[in-house]
Amino acid sequence: MITLSALHKSFGKNHVLQGVDLDVARGQSMVIIGGSGTGKSVLLKCILGLVQPDSGTITVGGQPAATKGPGREAFLDRFGMLFQGGPLFDSLPVWQNVAFRLLRGAKKHPRNEARAIAIEKLRRVGLKPEVADLFPAELSGGMQKRVGLARAIAAEPEIIFFDEPTTGLDPIMAGVINALIREIVTEMGATAMTITHDMSSVRAIADRVAMLHGGQIRWTGPVAEMDETSDPYVSQFIHGRATGPIESVR
Amino acid sequence: MSLLSPLAALGRMTLAALAAVGRLGLFAGETISHLLRPPFYPREFLVALMQVGWFSLPVVGMTALFTGGALALQIYAGGARFSAEAVVPSITAIGMVRELGPVLGGLMVAARVASSIAAEVGTMKVTEQIDALFTLSTHPMKYLTVPRVLAATLAVPVLVAVGDSIGIFGGYLVGVNRLGFNPATYLANTRAYLEAFDIISGLIKGAAFGFIIAICGCYYGMNSGRGAQGVGRATKSAVVAASVLILASNYLLTEMFFSA
Repeated sequence: MITLSALHKSFGKNHVLQGVDLDVARGQSMVIIGGSGTGKSVLLKCILGLVQPDSGTITVGGQPAATKGPGREAFLDRFGMLFQGGPLFDSLPVWQNVAFRLLRGAKKHPRNEARAIAIEKLRRVGLKPEVADLFPAELSGGMQKRVGLARAIAAEPEIIFFDEPTTGLDPIMAGVINALIREIVTEMGATAMTITHDMSSVRAIADRVAMLHGGQIRWTGPVAEMDETSDPYVSQFIHGRATGPIESVR
Repeated sequence: MSLLSPLAALGRMTLAALAAVGRLGLFAGETISHLLRPPFYPREFLVALMQVGWFSLPVVGMTALFTGGALALQIYAGGARFSAEAVVPSITAIGMVRELGPVLGGLMVAARVASSIAAEVGTMKVTEQIDALFTLSTHPMKYLTVPRVLAATLAVPVLVAVGDSIGIFGGYLVGVNRLGFNPATYLANTRAYLEAFDIISGLIKGAAFGFIIAICGCYYGMNSGRGAQGVGRATKSAVVAASVLILASNYLLTEMFFSA
């Protein structure tokens, strides 16, 4: 479904991606792990065209990714994304945030229909209909994250990206979000790519895991094999050890 | 070496300023190209129109009122030196509609609106809201920049017209109550020497200033650095650039309209 080949991206002298190769099959939930600053978010942004790679190829469904140009909006219509900070639009009430894509563009619905879908998606992520008319500033961090999740799935995209979905949440809320993501991905049959450092998220969400280190995919395999791998980088990362091949001072 | 270093610094500053103007020009060109192609966002346009136009009325009105009054006093004091006190109504009106109404109105709107747009768009940039817009298949230039630029370009001339009227009224209040002019004569003299092109030139300036204000606000917001410091710097730069460009373009437009 998504194939990355020899992807390179540098910011000045900082060579973030140095030849990333990765395949994500249709309907698969791929989780990318790796230390802070290793380029996980940059990788997702390259696929979406928010960051232009220096070289390499990205194909989605066998077609080159339309990271710019006239086909870009149709390309992006296939994606949903939950950002790390769950950036909701402050000036819009919650339901309009969720239904943003349903109120404009190719997937435009009548306003009352869009509102009904938004309320249904809010219910799907465990929020009551009363939340629909509140503004983002009136919500807690966990609620904002769930609204962001509802927005990512509102137009039922075929591919969903989750960038640090549980960062800043308490363990119970993180568990709720993990379970929701797993349910939604299974239920919708969507292809998912998730970035996280949270190993409980990895175990809850992933079908396959890829570890990004040194600008390349260091290891990839089914989640069930992650704990048994002999790769010292993966082992150090998943057990959170301060000593090992990954330098703790970066 | 030390003798040349101030010159080198001056050269660097000049190049940086020219590069900034070039980037703003490209941004303005991109905005116009998006302005001509759908989709359009009428709701965003109406919200921007309220923000730029309606909510700027008090500050523009107060500025114009006091400026008109002060202008009448100055012209009276200057005119008295060669027994030309009678020109107060006509020069106040011409001064307001040609220069002070558009320029001071533009500067006040720049302070209020360019800063607000830059801070809002800059915050959206640093909190990834602009990235989120992209992923929701919505181009930020169309959703954020075009409505604001269009609203400012249309609203500022209206603000200038209102400001002109209030400024002339300020001059009238001072002329009649402080300087002893006959009310009917003051109004008659105001009308007698004011030409349609005086008013139209001011309104054209207002439209140009509105465009500059929104372009500067959006450009610096979209290119904001990270964090609170980045947004603060973007806001300051937007106001400074808008103010300088308003004054520079005012000179060019005045040359264009009124050079002999």
